[in-house]
Order: sequence, then structure tokens, then C-alpha cells
Amino acid sequence: MAWLWLIVMLPLMSALVLAVLGTHFSRRVVAAVGVGSIGLSSVITMLAAIEFVSAPPVGRAYTQVLWTWINVGSFQPHIGFYLDPLSLVMILVVTFVGFWIHLYSAEFMMHDEGYSRFFAYMNLFVASMLTLLLADNLVVLYLGWEGVGLCSYLLIGFWYRDPMNGLAARKAFIVTRVGDTAMLLGLFLLFTSLGTMQIQDLMRRATEDWTVGSTLAVTAALLLLGGAVGKSAQLPLQVWLPDAMAGPTPTSALIHAATMVTAGVYLVARTHALFELAPAAQFVVAVTGAATLILAGCSALTQHDIKRALAYSTVSQIGYMFLALGVGAWSAAIFHFVTHAFFKALLFLGAGVIIEALRDEHNIFRMGGLSKQLPVAFWTFLIAGCSLAGLPFLTAGVYSKDLIIWSAWAAAQGHPAFWIAGVIGALLTSLYTFRLIFRVFFGPIQTPVTKRPGYVMTVPLVILAFFATIGGWVKEPLILLLQSTLPMTIETEAAGMTETFSEVVVALVFLSGLYLAYLFHLEKRELAEGALRNPVARMIHAWWFADWGFDWLYDRVLVQPILWVAQVNKNDFIDAVYTGIARLTEAMYRSLRLTQTGLVRWYAAGIAAGSVVFLAMVVFP
Amino acid sequence: MEVAFYIAGAVAIIATGLMLRDWNVVHALLCLIVSLLAVAIVFYVIGAPFVAALEVIIYAGAIMVLFVFVVMLLNLGDSAVAMEKEWLTPRSWTGPAVLAGVLLCEVAYLVVRGTEAHIGMGMVTPKQVGMMLFGPYLIGVELASMLLLAGLVGAYHLGVRTTHIVEMRHARDTDTRRVTPSGGLVLAGTDRPPRTP
Amino acid sequence: MFSLGLTGLLVRRDLIFVLMSLEVMLNAAGLAFVVAGSRWQQADGQIVFLFILAMAAAEVSVGLALVLQLYHQFKSLDVDAMSEMRG
Repeated sequence: MAWLWLIVMLPLMSALVLAVLGTHFSRRVVAAVGVGSIGLSSVITMLAAIEFVSAPPVGRAYTQVLWTWINVGSFQPHIGFYLDPLSLVMILVVTFVGFWIHLYSAEFMMHDEGYSRFFAYMNLFVASMLTLLLADNLVVLYLGWEGVGLCSYLLIGFWYRDPMNGLAARKAFIVTRVGDTAMLLGLFLLFTSLGTMQIQDLMRRATEDWTVGSTLAVTAALLLLGGAVGKSAQLPLQVWLPDAMAGPTPTSALIHAATMVTAGVYLVARTHALFELAPAAQFVVAVTGAATLILAGCSALTQHDIKRALAYSTVSQIGYMFLALGVGAWSAAIFHFVTHAFFKALLFLGAGVIIEALRDEHNIFRMGGLSKQLPVAFWTFLIAGCSLAGLPFLTAGVYSKDLIIWSAWAAAQGHPAFWIAGVIGALLTSLYTFRLIFRVFFGPIQTPVTKRPGYVMTVPLVILAFFATIGGWVKEPLILLLQSTLPMTIETEAAGMTETFSEVVVALVFLSGLYLAYLFHLEKRELAEGALRNPVARMIHAWWFADWGFDWLYDRVLVQPILWVAQVNKNDFIDAVYTGIARLTEAMYRSLRLTQTGLVRWYAAGIAAGSVVFLAMVVFP
Repeated sequence: MEVAFYIAGAVAIIATGLMLRDWNVVHALLCLIVSLLAVAIVFYVIGAPFVAALEVIIYAGAIMVLFVFVVMLLNLGDSAVAMEKEWLTPRSWTGPAVLAGVLLCEVAYLVVRGTEAHIGMGMVTPKQVGMMLFGPYLIGVELASMLLLAGLVGAYHLGVRTTHIVEMRHARDTDTRRVTPSGGLVLAGTDRPPRTP
Repeated sequence: MFSLGLTGLLVRRDLIFVLMSLEVMLNAAGLAFVVAGSRWQQADGQIVFLFILAMAAAEVSVGLALVLQLYHQFKSLDVDAMSEMRG
């Protein structure tokens, strides 16, 4: 475990090497370096995990301080890594999933220019994410936070020659920036009131100094929530994630499905003490999660771009995680994160295979009948989809989702409304997932398959599918592991419902979603078209398609006014001072120029007039 | 004596006025000469005979003769008279008249404010003037002589009619410089195509 | 006299007349000097007049030579036409 720093350093060094020297290496070497660094990191993480579990350190947390970063008066953050069950789980998932995604992208990106640039960015991203997860204090966490934001921007706009990609990247960066600013304010608040940035110290002092429900706690928690909302694409800052699909598919898989977007979840979980001190803020977290998961589910139902549908699905699932955090089911949220990482990454990678195979076709209404053509993709996608939708017993997703929905009812801060939201969300999830599957893999073939994936791409799919299946069986050990860091969910007496009942409801919901999707998108496709002939249905469809109008709203309320102000200010009123001086000089010049006529008599008249004036001054003082 | 002063003064002013309004140059010159002679009389009356003599000899005698010679050389003729008539509109008198009038008022005011004085209080003899000239004002005399020398040289040079030849020579010199093959800098900007190296 | 000369200078466009008006002005100035000298019964006034006279002579000779040159170049004696300033 003394090699903890290597976990972060290996991808970082590899990123630097690839950034500087990458173009001189061959593609094989670049792939070896880029993928290998993550692989080594993953191996070291697993070794650390084994060591942690078998011989846990004192206090069930291991801290490694590297050096003091800033030394200004009482502000002395150091570069330190903190390994406890929470961060251990998260870095395990990040490095493991990250490794398989890197391997996949070694072949996926083979024919694109900027191969080494891609791997440099991806490695830098992983290094930043690991910094974030392993951070000992909030300053290092913020460092990682900004790093992942940067890499997200770089990777979304990877194919920079198309200006739309640049716009999407900028949109992502700016929207997350809004959240980042809120978070920074929260950090300032925490530091000025509690005097430390060390997370564990901070939590301790907060519980000592602040009472439950104190304004400081609520404000700080809400500000941190702002940052989390931005990074995790929740309401109201979810607008960037669907557009971020402009980046390469492995990026979408790694950053926008499995890892970066969960940074917000991690932040809230890490500072859980703060949120426990501010029930109002926690309630806001839950409401945000619930609202987002329904909203995004509805939007996912109407999308025709496969990646956008998956993006909305991600937003929705993270809504589940936030809901869990909001009702106090901390471990459930992390558990859902683990399972979600696997099946969502798998979904995206499968989508990548499909898109590549159909030569860059994204529209699911132009796909069909791929179950026989791309068997590996089909089976893995199916497994992941079932995991997402919640196929009982066989998949991992169902366990985590059930746990969350049950906690929404049963936890101390739970509420029946949250439970209903969770169930509706499950229905929507099932609907849109199977809509995707039926549209893409069944039905008549509309676009022929031109490229089959190679082993380098299919092996990660299979591995991830395996974990998406068995992942549910780690539920008990995981929760046990996390108990030392995250408080147990307090379960009150659930009036009128048992856990099994809730699970049954969710299973029923899953089946009904499956059946409806089967009906509308496979058996009688005319039903789907018929439904859209209804004008009300069309309106709702359009509204959900446009992300419930958030883009339009932000455009009207924020973007246009700022652009207008910039336009008005182009004739800078400060500049007017300088141009005014110039113009005054010019006016004086022009008036003086009139005296230079070249006419002798004018000059003589001037002399005469001048002498008249002088005489007058002398004579009549 | 005082009567002579006033009459001579009036004549001077009238003659000057006539001179201004005259269209023919020679007539104007004659009026001017009359004016100068009147001023000479004024000088004599107030007791400065030396200056009166000088006025007649140099001013009316030499300078006016110069004017006459130049007019003769220019050979203006009737076209000039017509042009003058055209230029001298009554409107063009107003501005300068106002300006000069103001000046006149100011000076008159200054004079009137001064002390009373009589005319013909006494004569300042040429002997006195000569004594001053050789005494305190000697440097002035030397400077005046240098000024006259300068005027002489200048007048000669300006009067020379060989400017045409000088211009030709100047033009020819610059042209030869333009034709020099190595003159890349000179050729830049001209409409001649530059020689390829 | 000075005022008259000034008026003439400003009004007339013929170069010869301009020079003549100039002479008138000089003469008037000299007259003033002599009268002042006579009033105070000192020779200084006359001496100054002498200098003015010398200066006028020099100036007239040079000026008339210039007039001849200008007449050659511009073919007219119009003072206004001799302005080569543009704008």
C-alpha cells in the first residue's frame, strides 16, 4: 500500500510521455503504453485491495502524504492520498473498467488521426479521476475535479475539425463550470468556518461545531451539491451530457457513463457528515435525484440517436444514485455506482461496435436485424440492457436498483413519493432500454453491416458482461466493507411494505415495460407510428426530445442576454474616452487647418487682428 | 506753419486713399509719390529737415523709381486694368476696412490720451543727427550697411534670368541617375519594370 | 496712414499694389518715429527713420526681384493664385 501513489502516477506519466513523444511512436507502442499504464494501475489497485481487506490498517483507512503543496499561513494543504473502503471501491471500479475501455479503444480508434493524443487525454483523465477519488483534502479533490473537467472538454472536442464538436465541448465545460464555481464557494465557506481542508478533519469538526440544520451547514452542503450536480449532469445542469456524445465512443463510455459523472456522487458520499448535518440539503439531493431520473427517462424514450438515448439513461441512473444519497442510503448509492459502471460502459462499447459496423450510423430507426449479424455485440448488449432495466435475479443492476427503491420507502428520510418516483423510473428504464434493443437488433435489416469487430474489441465486451451479471452477488460483502466509512441506512418501520413486496413491484414494472416495448417496437410497429399521429402525443414527444426544453430555456434566459450585452459593449464606453480624445484632437486639427490657406492677405489680416487684440489688452487693461 | 502741417497731412492721406482705389498701376504710383512728398513737407514743418531731404531723395526718388522700372518690365497693359476692376468689389473693402478702422481707433485713443504738444517747437539739425549716428548708433549704421549688401546680392540673384538653364541641368542630372543599372532602390516605385538579377 | 496702408494690403490682389501698400505702412511708421523725436527734441527719431528707410530700400529691391520671378512662374500677379497649398 505504500505504492498507492503509483496508482495515480502511472497514468499521469504515461499521459505526459504520450503527449510529448507520442507522435514518434508507432500505434502499437502508443497502445501498449496507454493501455498498459491503466492495466498496471489496476493491478496495483487490486493488490492494495487484497492487502486492505486481509490486513486492514488502523482505523480502516490508510493515508499517504507526499508533500506539502501550499504553505501560506494557516492554509497548508498537502498532496495526500487517502485509502478507505469508499475510495478503494471506487478506484477499483475506475481502473478496472478503465482498463477494458482503453483496450477496446486501442482498436476502435485505430483508424483515426491523433491516436497518441487520444490516449494521452484518456490517461490524463484517469489520473485526474484517481486523484479526485484518492484525495485526502478538498484542495486535491478540486484539483482532480478540474482535471477531469479539462479532459472531458479535450475528449469531447477530440475531432476538433468539426466545429460542432468544439461547441459541444465548450458547452460541457461551461455548464460544469457553473457547478464548479458553486463548489469552490462551498470550499471557501468550509475553510473559513472550519479552518481545515482535510476531509476527515473537516467532517469531524463540522459535527462538533455545527448543529443539525445550521445555516452554515446547509449553505455549504448546497454549494457542494451545486458542484456535484454540474459534474454529474443532474437537474438543472444536465444539458451538457447529451451533447457530449459528440466525442468518441470510448470517451463516452469511460467519462460519461462510468466514471466522471459519478464524481458528484462520490463528493456527496465523501462529505456525508456535512449532509447529515443539513437535512434540508439532503432533501434537496433526493428531490433532485428523483426529478432527474424521471425527466431523463422520459427524454431517453424519445431519442433516435443511440448514444443520446444512452446519455439520458446515464443521467437517469445517476438520478437514482442521488436519490439514494438523499434518503441516506449511502452504500446503496455506491453499490448502484459499481453495477452501473459495468453495464453502462458495456452499453456504450456495444453501441460503439454497432456504430462502427454500420459505418457511422447513429439513428436507431435506421438499424435493425443485427442480432444475427453482430452476435457478440447483441448478447452483451442484451445482458447490459437487462441489467439496466432490472431483470430479476440474473443481473447485477436489479439488486442495486431494488435496494435504492426500497430505501426510498424505508429509510429515515424516505418518502412514499420517492418510492413512486423510483418505480416510475424503473418502468421508463425498462421501456427505453427494450425500445433500443428491439429497434437495433430485431426487425428487418435496414443498414448492412460492413465491419465486424476484432478480438481486441469483443473481449472487453465479454468481460464487462460477465461482471454485469455477477456483480449483484457482491452486494452483502460490499455493504459490509463500506460500513466503516458510510453510515448504515437507518430503516424505519416501513408502513405497509416489505422489501420483497417492493422487489416484486419492480419486477412487474420491468416486465410490463418489456411487454410494452415489445408491442410498440417489434410486433406492431404501426402502433408506434399511430401514436405519433396524435398531435398531443407529438407535442409531448417533441418536448421530451428536446430535454424538457432546458436548452431552449437556458438559451433564452442566459445565453441571449449575455450575447446582447457583449454586442452592446462592443462600442466600449470606456473606449469612448480614448476615441473621444482622438476625435477632439482631430477636431482641433481641422479647425486649425482652416487658418493655413496659403493666402498672403489672410496671413496679413491675421497679424493685424492679433496686433489689434494686443493693443486692446494694453490700452484697456 | 501749422497750417502747412495740416494741409500737407491732408494731402498725404488723400493721396494714399486715391492710390488705393486706383486701377491703373502707374497712376497709383504717381499718387504714392505725391503722398510721399507731402510727408516730406510734414517732416520739414515739424523741424526735421534732414529726414525731409532723405524722404524725397531715397523714398520718392529711388524706391519709387524702382517700382516704375519693374512695372515697365512687367508690361502689364490693359488686361491688368480689367482684372483689377474685377477684383475690387465694394464688398471686399468691408472686412479690411473694419480691421484697420479698429486699429486706427486704438492708436488715436492712445495718442489723444497722451500729453499736449505743439508743432514746430524747434529744429533737430542734421548736425545733431550726424553726431548720434557716429556715436551711439554706430553699430546700427554698420548693420544697415550689411542689410543693404544682402539686399543687393539677393536682388541680383533673383533677377537673373538663367533659371531655365539651371532647371534643365537639374533635370538631366536626376535622369541620368535613374538610368543607372545598379540603382535598384531608385527604380523602386517607378513604373519601370525592375531589372531581373 | 498706417491703417490706410493696412487696408490696402488686405484688399488688393495685385502684387505690386501689395508692395506699395507695404511702403505706405513703413512710411507711416517712420513718420510716427520722427514726430516723436521732434516732440522730445531728440535726434533718435530721425535716426530710426533713417534705418527704416534703409530697410525699406533693401526690402523693395528684393521684393521687386521676387515679383519678377513670380510673374515668370505664374504668369499673373494675383497673390491668391500663388498659393500652392492644397486643402
